[in-house]
Amino acid sequence: MTQIQSEYNFAYLDEQTKRMIRRAILKAVAIPGYQVPFAGREMPMPYGWGTGGVQVTAAVLAPQDILKVIDQGSDDTTNAVSIRQFFAKTANVVTTEKTTEATIIQTRHRIPETPLNEDQILVYQVPIPEPLRFLEPREVETRKMHALEEYGLMHVKLYEDISRHGHIATTYAYPAKVDGRYVMDPSPIPKFDNPKMNMCPALQLFGAGREKRIYAIPPYTQVTSLDFEDYPFEIQKWEENCALCGAEDTFLDEVILDDQGNRMFVCSDSDYCNDRQAQGHRGEANREDEMEAAQ
Amino acid sequence: MIGSHDVLLNVENLTMMYGARVGCEEVSFDLWPGEVLGIVGESGSGKSTLLRCISGQVAPTHGAINYKTRANGVRDLFTGMSEPERRFLMRTDWAFVHQNPRDGLRMSVSAGANIGERLMAVGQRHYGNIRATAQDWLGKVEIADERLDDLPSTFSGGMQQRLQIARNLVTSPRLVFMDEPTGGLDVSVQAKLLDLLRGLVQDLGLSVVIVTHDLAVARLLSHRLMVMQQGRVVESGLTDQVLDDPQHPYTQLLVSSILQA
Repeated sequence: MTQIQSEYNFAYLDEQTKRMIRRAILKAVAIPGYQVPFAGREMPMPYGWGTGGVQVTAAVLAPQDILKVIDQGSDDTTNAVSIRQFFAKTANVVTTEKTTEATIIQTRHRIPETPLNEDQILVYQVPIPEPLRFLEPREVETRKMHALEEYGLMHVKLYEDISRHGHIATTYAYPAKVDGRYVMDPSPIPKFDNPKMNMCPALQLFGAGREKRIYAIPPYTQVTSLDFEDYPFEIQKWEENCALCGAEDTFLDEVILDDQGNRMFVCSDSDYCNDRQAQGHRGEANREDEMEAAQ
Repeated sequence: MIGSHDVLLNVENLTMMYGARVGCEEVSFDLWPGEVLGIVGESGSGKSTLLRCISGQVAPTHGAINYKTRANGVRDLFTGMSEPERRFLMRTDWAFVHQNPRDGLRMSVSAGANIGERLMAVGQRHYGNIRATAQDWLGKVEIADERLDDLPSTFSGGMQQRLQIARNLVTSPRLVFMDEPTGGLDVSVQAKLLDLLRGLVQDLGLSVVIVTHDLAVARLLSHRLMVMQQGRVVESGLTDQVLDDPQHPYTQLLVSSILQA
């Protein structure tokens, strides 16, 4: 681990800024799902790379915390690696790839498959916090709609999905109602992960850097995905199991193997997949390897 | 049948100022259930300002707008009602038909979703029922069944206007505001639309406030007429009476300007 560099304050942001962000977080926790504006700072990375999440993480991070960063469920993609290094360098905190060891997990696209616990905080990087944006572009109007709980428009989008595709074709950033009041955009997580937000023991914080909004789901809060009575909410299903660990109930990524149409499906949560393999679970691809090795 | 206790909408001394300039001034009228009131006048005479005020879009500078609500008796639109109540009224009991259908439609979603929006806004959550109602309304405004899933941008101007009307009437409103509903349509399409509107108004017993500069439209649809000039009502009365025997010089000018075919 590199030495903490003296020209930076702990976790990069100055203490006043962190106080301001913590105040926004407290308000967000007090009003679950409500988008709290905050004075977002310039971060040493471009918008869209997780500036909102990084600011929230910096504000809640303590020296004894253990940080995990995932992007697309994986710990070793560019975005995850650079944010992990950023905090290792500016806060000198211990980092990990293990979901069970981490106290703070910053994520872009996934909620880990391993259930979270009360001692953990999940920080989401959010590109577009406003679920009504694409149907009602006026920010003044959408804020009023949130204030007056006028959410009929959200169902217009789902209606349009069904009439065009025969089913609700929204697969990510699937709108959900928090604590029976505010409708929120759960960042670009797949709808597969929506049920994990419901009654989750961990605190969930959402930071949008470009739009300068923070919102939150406190622990054990009801989160309901919107749907129709005759078209209930459903999560994605796969016919395949994970090719590496054989898991049947995880979110799978498709991996193209060659230009002959060969492909395989693997868990998107790489830590969960590695854990299962370490426990001796085997998928199709691994079994073949072992058989070859035995011969 | 007509008594003051039956008045649906009562407007008293309504004045709307834009800074020092007058939008409309000292306008008063009553609207009874099932009645169609036409407001005519040239551009800039304050017709649209008046319509925007009485439909709850902007608060007047002073004056009262009393509406007989379904549940809570007569209430003033701005002093007697909170904003959520007013907005709820606007999307359930009222309808507003814009001159340009693009202002009143959601162009990026299908015709069905456009008609269904108000239903979903009042809490309907059954896709099949919403779709069936939308289909039914499409038929009522004479648009072919198979266009239900098409975008409004693929519709002709006349169809868009009819779709806008269907979208507005789906919650069975009691009061409809129309701002030049036939403007921008060619004459044969206008005639068809007017026919349709007259039928709907009669069948559903709607009360209508219709703003137009087209006296032919006014004569065809409205029972009573108000003539506006420079923000003031200069003459009002039964439509035939006003058009056949105009008293005010401006009304006389207006009537004599109609081209005789």
